[in-house]
Amino acid sequence: MWAALEILTQANFWAATLRIATPLIFGVLGALLCERAGVLNLGIEGIFVAGAMSGWLAVYLGLPLWGGVLVAALVGALFGLLHGVLTVPLGLSQHVTGIGVTLLATSIAYFGYRVAFPNVATPPRIEAFPPLDLPILRDVPFLGPILGQQTAFTVLAFACVIVLALVLARTPLGLALRAVGDNPEAVEAQGLSVVGLRLGAVMAGSALMALGGAFLTLSAFNAFYFGMINGRGWVCIALTVFASWRPGKALLGALLFGALDAYQLRLQTITGGAVPSQIFLMLPYLFSIAALVLVARRADYPRALMKPYFKGQR
Amino acid sequence: MIAPTAPDQPDRTPHHTRPLVLSLSGITKRFGNLVANDVISLDVHAGEIVALLGENGAGKTTLMSILFGHYVADEGTVHIADAGGRLAPLPGGSAEAALAAGIGMVHQHFTLAENLTGFENIVLGTVPLWRLGFGKAAARAKVARLMKESGLEADLGVPVGRLSVGEQQRIEILKALYRDVRVLILDEPTAVLTPQEADSLATTVKALAAKGLAVIFISHKLHEVLALCERVAVLRGGAKVADRPAAGADRATLAELMVGREIPARERMPAALGAPVLHLAGVDVGAPGERDRLEGADLELRGGEIIGIAGVSGNGQGALAALVAGLKAPRRGRCEIIGQVATRADPGARLAAGVGRIPEDRHRDGTIGALTVAENYVLETLADPENQRHGLLRRAAIRTRASQAIRDYDIRCPGPEAPIRALSGGNMQKVVLARVLERAPRLILAHQPTRGLDIGATTDVHRRLLAARGRGAGILLISEDLDELFALSDRIAVMHAGHLSPAMDVAGLDMRTVGLMMAGHSAEEAA
Repeated sequence: MWAALEILTQANFWAATLRIATPLIFGVLGALLCERAGVLNLGIEGIFVAGAMSGWLAVYLGLPLWGGVLVAALVGALFGLLHGVLTVPLGLSQHVTGIGVTLLATSIAYFGYRVAFPNVATPPRIEAFPPLDLPILRDVPFLGPILGQQTAFTVLAFACVIVLALVLARTPLGLALRAVGDNPEAVEAQGLSVVGLRLGAVMAGSALMALGGAFLTLSAFNAFYFGMINGRGWVCIALTVFASWRPGKALLGALLFGALDAYQLRLQTITGGAVPSQIFLMLPYLFSIAALVLVARRADYPRALMKPYFKGQR
Repeated sequence: MIAPTAPDQPDRTPHHTRPLVLSLSGITKRFGNLVANDVISLDVHAGEIVALLGENGAGKTTLMSILFGHYVADEGTVHIADAGGRLAPLPGGSAEAALAAGIGMVHQHFTLAENLTGFENIVLGTVPLWRLGFGKAAARAKVARLMKESGLEADLGVPVGRLSVGEQQRIEILKALYRDVRVLILDEPTAVLTPQEADSLATTVKALAAKGLAVIFISHKLHEVLALCERVAVLRGGAKVADRPAAGADRATLAELMVGREIPARERMPAALGAPVLHLAGVDVGAPGERDRLEGADLELRGGEIIGIAGVSGNGQGALAALVAGLKAPRRGRCEIIGQVATRADPGARLAAGVGRIPEDRHRDGTIGALTVAENYVLETLADPENQRHGLLRRAAIRTRASQAIRDYDIRCPGPEAPIRALSGGNMQKVVLARVLERAPRLILAHQPTRGLDIGATTDVHRRLLAARGRGAGILLISEDLDELFALSDRIAVMHAGHLSPAMDVAGLDMRTVGLMMAGHSAEEAA
């Protein structure tokens, strides 16, 4: 029992929490940006895969690490454009299109990998983002070792939370984005472009999702594996509801999920096989479901979410 | 600056000497074979309030959509005065250009983002998107000045979804004023307001016009039009059939101009009162926290009478309708419907007992859009032997009876096999009405039976409801339209915050009293 609580005092546990949470932070921010504008983007799982693959491949082919990050974002934006064009001006079902984008992006990423590396047994590796070496902070007890295990990519995730929160709350663009997800007619009547705003939001949101994928291949690991995304995108969709479409709460939700995942991994070693490991693996997902049951019933969905808008029609 | 004239010198000259701000000439718009606008010309001067009248489908919406850049006219031009008062052509097909030229519109269905505050809704789209800040201080000062000048008051700091309909409308108007409009279009602005709110709106509109704003006022309520507007333009079948000063016009002439034929007067003949068909004693419906609930309602409705339920929607009318229709069970109290005590939610049993239902939302609850007119017509009587045999629909018999109803009720549609979603609102409502009346119900629940219908269709619905009353049916008429309630009801009860007032005899009842009670005053305070 004591050992189970002791986990919480280990710097290692908190470092792992941040590491697990980082891709989720990107994913939830991306999903909430799309949904705030009124578009559900279930392409997220595939966009994670495409971001992971393309970012990694770009670095493998010789681009600097930040070049890989940029490539991943561009690839994400491109899939966002596809999802956006199908769901915004053409008004197709957002569920069906999103699943289609996930299947397409996943398959293209796997196919691209196979074409690039037809005959490899072990996945080729790259030089991933190095851990941060912070001049003063590294000497701070407890905090130092936690931060010392993180990379600049995690810092970028936190920066994105702050930027997105500010944009949504404080700028004319954020105002228009919040409005277009609630009542597109209001936006149209004020002379702004519903299609432009939604398309832009979906592209930017998808770029963020792709960064979540790229973190895994460029920072957490140094190679691309099949199946490495493993449902992280879907978790983000659930966390978006948990976060009530707010960047600050998105950060909280991602950290909470990360902590649970890190915790169950350590719990497995403590119990030493007395309990099947699958039970522990389920824990974070059970938490997601429980949290959704509690939160989602009162959730204040963007009113125009999943409702296509056609000009001149009410 | 709202208008070319100085605000401190109200312009009281007759309209022909006032500067022209908007001139539509020869506007024609076709959709396939349909001519929605047929060479329409309309001039609007500064400080003038012009009423635009017309039935649904007369071309008002199309004309305003052209003005607003949603459609491009096939022929004709729109000219609007620039800041210096010179007329310049307005490029078609651009909402941005219309806004920039100073045309503002308050739609019947508000175009507000409910998750934003009033202030945020007002400034939305007025600042370039890529700017980092708002210039909030200057914007707030301007809004405060506009509120003071126009007398429009609203709480601008909370999400507009939490505000009353009247407040939301004031924010809509402020939104237009904030953009320095020279022409303000109000589309059915009083449809959702209490009489007091409507009066205060009229005062505001007059004050704005006195400062030089040109106003186009679209409404079905002719007495308001006559009280507020200087000039009346009437559209019918896409063409302008009249453009005359309001002075000297009366309601009957205007209604006939709109409909194109004489309107049969609806007369409420005395009818013999029958047995009670609905009896409520201390009935609660819905949990205490719910907005749309009923608390301790007492009511007795007898055959041969119409009781009108007045009130702003969402004050418990939904709960009352659901109770009568059998969609909700009474939580407490005694509810007797046509001699049966209702304890459970059982819509089928209500139908069988002789309740006819005209639901509030004919699209959502009254009809099934994908089914045909004939199928919708028999939806409530599918189990009857005349509609089915051995579980199979008797399609030929159903079609014949539906065709008969189409003739009897003058339902304009391609035929009984047409999907009902292709019908106009008025014709859809006639199908619902035919379905209800065919069964000769003893209790009719008419929930907003004429909402969104034009004068022709409205008169028809009213006539048929009165005829049903004459045959001995008891009618519960829930409506937000006080004119309708006063024209049809024998007694009127007012609903506010879940409480139902005693039903008051309509003879000697004052519309203003009802208006005050709708706002939450008791009968004693209101009288």
